[in-house]
Order: sequence, then structure tokens, then C-alpha cells
Amino acid sequence: MDIKMIDYGVGNLFSLRSSFAAVGVDIEATNDVDKIRNADKLVLPGVGAFRDAIAALRETGLDIVVCEEAAKGKPLMGVCLGMQLLFDKSFEYGEYDGLGLIPGEVRSIEEVVPAGLNIPHIGWNRLELCNESPLLKYIKDGDHVYFVHSYQAVTDDANVIARTEYGAPITAAVQCGNVCGCQFHPEKSGRVGLSILRAFCEM
Amino acid sequence: MITKRIIPCLDVRNGRVVKGVNFEGLRDVNSPVELGNFYSDNGADELVFYDITASAEGRRLFTEILTEVASTIFIPLTVGGGINTIDDFDRVLKCGADKVSVNSGAIRNPSLVREAAHKYGDQCVVLSVDISLIDGKYTVFAKGGRENTGIEAIDWIKQCVSLGAGEVVVNSIDTDGVKGGFDLPLVAAVCDAVNVPVIASGGAGNIQDFVTLFREVPDVSAGLAASIFHFGEVAIPDLKRELAACGVNVRL
Repeated sequence: MDIKMIDYGVGNLFSLRSSFAAVGVDIEATNDVDKIRNADKLVLPGVGAFRDAIAALRETGLDIVVCEEAAKGKPLMGVCLGMQLLFDKSFEYGEYDGLGLIPGEVRSIEEVVPAGLNIPHIGWNRLELCNESPLLKYIKDGDHVYFVHSYQAVTDDANVIARTEYGAPITAAVQCGNVCGCQFHPEKSGRVGLSILRAFCEM
Repeated sequence: MITKRIIPCLDVRNGRVVKGVNFEGLRDVNSPVELGNFYSDNGADELVFYDITASAEGRRLFTEILTEVASTIFIPLTVGGGINTIDDFDRVLKCGADKVSVNSGAIRNPSLVREAAHKYGDQCVVLSVDISLIDGKYTVFAKGGRENTGIEAIDWIKQCVSLGAGEVVVNSIDTDGVKGGFDLPLVAAVCDAVNVPVIASGGAGNIQDFVTLFREVPDVSAGLAASIFHFGEVAIPDLKRELAACGVNVRL
């Protein structure tokens, strides 16, 4: 199994790499185009602001490589901000185009979360499964995962495979064909999170 | 909704956990890696590692051990102790910490909070405050609770949150070590003052103390403790089952 993590200078690669190692898969973080093209599967990490991350990805030219590989049907998983990058556009600090691999937009959870609740949404929250997905095959309704975010993907119900509730329904995980992603941090979500990474390896 | 968190805190000196722990089945009760794994497998929602080392050599050992902990434990890790500069943030984040806790370093230089929040995000910066009630005034203490700064605690916390602290650990010197329960009036006052998660620390002696905390101060996000977990007086799975039975939303 050859899984590569896209290294474009953004994201906590250490934790993702260690957690894949914990499910028995050594994933290398790389910006080498040949290695990315030869991989069986790709992981797109990301932390921080959308604007900076998409700029860094474009600067390296890896945005084009990722989109081309995804178009060939290669499984691709985005994590946290990496998941948000998969969408058409984001409204974080302005309006920025994303990779457009999944139709939809990234919007502040402030638009839906009632006043009085802390933003960012940080902590362990329950998953509510929606559409069936191989990514969540080991997950049952009510399993807890760890979230740290202020923005969420707004997309067609058909693309949402899990939600969580934070005063309002929040998109937790998405899948559109071979492209999938988690808003939460599977690498920080204990055994539940590791089982999601294992499922991705088996996709 | 997000769950209330239970957080064990481990003091580390020269790469070893101080105050041995009396769990059965651990080969090395002073190993941060083994203990971290034990807690991670037994219901802890997050771990705090506090480096109480003074020497450069001890600090190097701490970062080595932190890297090992972070590569085997898959829940959020907070690191504190000796955080005085942005380089200190950088050092522990590179080893796999998710959040960094500042205390005396922020008192010496409050702009450290802003600088770190800008660079790493608010969620990464945890303000830890040691507080005692002196002549009717909640007062901030520095240097591990040894030095009275004269600073009013609630104002200090508000100031740091406006600078970008994403979470506040409230450690009551008055209840710490007494095992008579958390300092509920202090924790409630901090929860009223800020809109970021507040973590109560100091005073937990038994399961009921946590039930009381979450019932009496519903806005508090987490309870932190050390010795009662380490000495096996409170097992986290039992604690969380009891909290759930009392209607507190926890991750079981």
C-alpha cells in the first residue's frame, strides 16, 4: 500500500504520519510529483487559514497534480482544513477558490451556531452517520471524535456522510466518489479516529 | 454537543514522571509514554504534560520523550512548563504537542500570548493561571504559585483572552492539594468573564467533586487533576460512568 501525504508546508504532518503508522501503514509526506503520481492513495492535510493554505498549494503547483490524480479515481482524503480545500470556495477572511473536487462552499459556523456557544468548536463531539460510506464503515452512530474548527463545508446532503451537533447540524465528514474528508481530527480521536484511517487504507 | 472533558496532568522532570503512580500492570510507572498510553486507553480526553525541569539537559530529555509520547498517543496533548518565548512554542509543537500552556511566561511578557496566537492560532494557546483569594481579591501568583504578583486574576484572564488565549486553566491555590473539591466560586467567576473554554484545576478529591463541579458550574468545559488519578483514588472510566449517570455529557 503506497499512500502519500501532500507536503506543501502546511499542517501537522507528524501526528497524521504517526497515526497511520499505528494502523500499520507508513505514509510518507512528500512534495515530489512523481511520488504523488505513483501513489495508490493521497492524504491532504492542513491547519490554519484557508487563504494561506490554498496559496501554498498553488505555489507548489501541487494543486494541479492533486486534482489530476483525483480525476483518475485515486482515493483522496482531506483532513480538517485539507477537507475544506476540496470544495469550490471558502469565505474565510474573504472569498477564495478551492480545488473544486466536491461541489460546495466553506462557511463560518457562526452563521448557524446559536449565540452563546464558543467559537471555535473545540472538543469531543458525537458523529451522526448520514449516507453510507466505506470511510466510516467501522464507525457507529454516537462515536466521539475531536473537533477544532470555526468553518464548515456546506454541500449537498448526498455528499455528507456524517454530521455532528453544535447547537445546529455541522458537517463532520464528506464523500463524493473517490474524494473524501473529515472536518475533525482522526489522528487525535483515539481508537475511533484510527479506525477511520484504517478504513481509508482499505478503500 | 461537545462533551465535558476529564484531563490528567503529568509532571515530568528529566524525562520521567515525578510522583510515581501505583497502577498495576505498568512495567515502568514513571515512564511518560507508558502512563500516557494508560490514560489514553482509559478514558482520558486529553493529556497535559508539565515540564518541571530546570536544566537545559532536562529540557532536551523532555522534548525527546514528548516526541515519543506524541507518536504513540492519539488524543490531544497539551504541554506546559518553561514556556517563555515563541521558540519554546515552536520547540514543543514540533515534537507533536497540540496546545501549549503559558503561565509565568505570559506574566513576564503578555505579548507572548498575542504573538503565539497569531502564529499558531488561538486554539493552540492555553493560559494557565495560579490564583489565590487575598483580602477578598482573586490574585495571580507566578513561579508555580510562589510569587504574589498583585495582579487581579479576572482582569488578567480577560486581557489574555483578548490577546488570543483560546482556553484558560484555572488553578486554585486555595483548594489545591486539600482534596475538598474544586474552587467553585472562582471557576464560575472565570466562566462568566470569558467566552473560551475554562478548565478547572485544584482540589478534586473524589468522583463527587467532579459531579458537583459540572452541576454547579455548567459552563465549565473540563476538570483537570493529577494525584487522585495517579494514585488510583479515582479511575477515569468510573468517574465518567458516574458523570453520565448524573446527566453530564461525557465521552464514554
